[in-house]
Amino acid sequence: MPVAIDLSAPGGVALALLPEILLTVWACVLLLLAAWQHRDPDAHRRIGGLALVGLVAALVVMVWFWKSGTRPAGLPLMIALDTFRYAGAIVFLIGAILTVLLSLRYLGRERIAVPEYYALLLFAVIGMLLMGGAADLIVLFLGLETMSLAVYVLAGIKRRSGTSAEAALKYFLLGAFASGFLLYGIALIYGATGTTNLTVIAFQLSDGGLQDSALLSIGVALLLVGFGFKVAAVPFHMWVPDVYDGAPTPISGFMAAAVKAAGFAALIRIMVTALGESTAVWQGAVWWLAVITMLIGNLIALAQRRLKRMLAYSSIGHAGYLLVAVTSGTPAGASAFLFYALVYTLMTIGAFGLLAALGRDGESEVLIDDLSGLAAGRPWISFAMAVFMLSLLGFPGTAGFIGKWYILSAAIGTGQWLLAVILVLGSVVSAGYYLPVIMNMYMREPVERRPDLSASVDLVGAARGVVATAVVLLILLGVWPNRVLDLAVDGSRDLRAPALVTGTSP
Amino acid sequence: MLELVFWFFSAAAIVSAFLCITRRSAVASALWLVSTLFDLAAIFVLLDAQFIGVLQVLVYAGAIMVLFLFVIMLLDLGREGRTDMKGSVGQFVALALGVGLVVELWVLKRVMDAEGGFAAQTAAFQLPEGELARMTEAQGAIGIIAAPLFRQYLVPFEVTSVLLLVAVVGAVVLAKRRL
Repeated sequence: MPVAIDLSAPGGVALALLPEILLTVWACVLLLLAAWQHRDPDAHRRIGGLALVGLVAALVVMVWFWKSGTRPAGLPLMIALDTFRYAGAIVFLIGAILTVLLSLRYLGRERIAVPEYYALLLFAVIGMLLMGGAADLIVLFLGLETMSLAVYVLAGIKRRSGTSAEAALKYFLLGAFASGFLLYGIALIYGATGTTNLTVIAFQLSDGGLQDSALLSIGVALLLVGFGFKVAAVPFHMWVPDVYDGAPTPISGFMAAAVKAAGFAALIRIMVTALGESTAVWQGAVWWLAVITMLIGNLIALAQRRLKRMLAYSSIGHAGYLLVAVTSGTPAGASAFLFYALVYTLMTIGAFGLLAALGRDGESEVLIDDLSGLAAGRPWISFAMAVFMLSLLGFPGTAGFIGKWYILSAAIGTGQWLLAVILVLGSVVSAGYYLPVIMNMYMREPVERRPDLSASVDLVGAARGVVATAVVLLILLGVWPNRVLDLAVDGSRDLRAPALVTGTSP
Repeated sequence: MLELVFWFFSAAAIVSAFLCITRRSAVASALWLVSTLFDLAAIFVLLDAQFIGVLQVLVYAGAIMVLFLFVIMLLDLGREGRTDMKGSVGQFVALALGVGLVVELWVLKRVMDAEGGFAAQTAAFQLPEGELARMTEAQGAIGIIAAPLFRQYLVPFEVTSVLLLVAVVGAVVLAKRRL
């Protein structure tokens, strides 16, 4: 039975924001617990377990919202109540749950004795939920800032490490710069349309009078620059390798997967809901961003010898693929994004989780060549790595293939043939750095000069469960994606605003 | 008369802002920033936004800048001497960016004029003449700020408090000497 929530009444707002409020209260409880039990390593792990409880509770509420078909009574003010919010939130929450599971032992091993880690992770997730669920540019911006601030700190949470501090500072300065662009863009869009509500913006633009307004065009351009930084699109990607390299590995995975997915969710919400009928304003610019991001990200990744930097550049290439889904500007593109975001979260966090098990001290020293002969000593770990690499490559039989397929069909659905060809080309180039990982593990003899990696691999406890779950899900979604694809299609059902405003059915 | 006051405070704001970024001493720079914020407060008052003007003086020119100056003096950064200001190349780039901004404003104005002027373009969103003064009389200077802030914009207001909490926790986690 569909539930309609009245967003102009205080009770309605509280109900609509139930997952966010739940997580905020829970994060404050965790902060208090962390303040009392600061020195005890066992307590740190307990706090991590409690963080999981909060994340799962928020997940349950989101699923309940989706199942019951919760929708706003009238115009969505400030916070959206549509399936895109619920679907996006589920992807972010899954990413966060996997990250917490990977971190439980990692923090102890790397002697990161900061129990606030988990509270900050929850705050980052709150920001993501607000980004993906915003119906207003102000809420979207505040969500983005909440997420960014928490992630800046998480990137530098290894206080004894110089590279971690460098990563945090670099990320903070460039992120603050990008936020400035974004805010300026939002201000200009407000100037052009007189509102920050996404649905009302679409309504203002629907009569066509503002199509070639200079204020709107400059505003959208600045918005794209800001989001370009946040989702690491070329030419705004300079910070990515150093930041991913310096941050603790579970956080690198979290940044590559969930933070990027949240940025894209917010971008899609603006582009499809507010500007979906005025594609002329932005489609060309996003087209070029997608092309150069795919080409340059994949080409630079070819030159990397270190596994962590290679994964960082590969995440830039994947930002390019997701930009292709944005370029289509249709609900089909949004559902392709939702499916790919889920798959990408699984394979990226899985790959970074394995990397965390392979190395020590931030794992930035693990070379791709070090993996030589790993398959002989550790067949299961090599198998998992091979699955992640093949899925990142988009090999048929893995979920990465299905995800790319749906992005391609969304691009072709709007007649973007050239973009589809370039996407395939980019994937072919990416084989040049994903396949050597597999070849090293299975077809080379172990190298002598380094300590034997297969003996020192440390994949136990919850991290083992994370990697195993990711592998199983990637293969399962690769051969039987129907159910999740249906959900992804349902997830972008009511994203287009004009139908809502004019009252006509889509 | 009103126009004269506006021009006076605008000129003062621009000159103070310029001096703020060109002074070598951090204390002098901060004091010129105080002056800029005062002038902006006066312009808010001219725009019938008295409450915002008062807040500007109390919070920005008062509390925040005093804290700022206090930190500068505590760290003993006030003396002339070594500076990390960029050389002539940096100044040239900054100048170019500034000129770019002015050109952007000029282009916007040209486009607006071509499309019937700024007033015509934004007529739909503009309050009628004297409307703000009437509303202030009816609801009080604070009421017209408070009502939208705690009703229409309640969600962003609350999210801002979470944002500030994250900033405080993050600063302590990163910077405290012994956790």
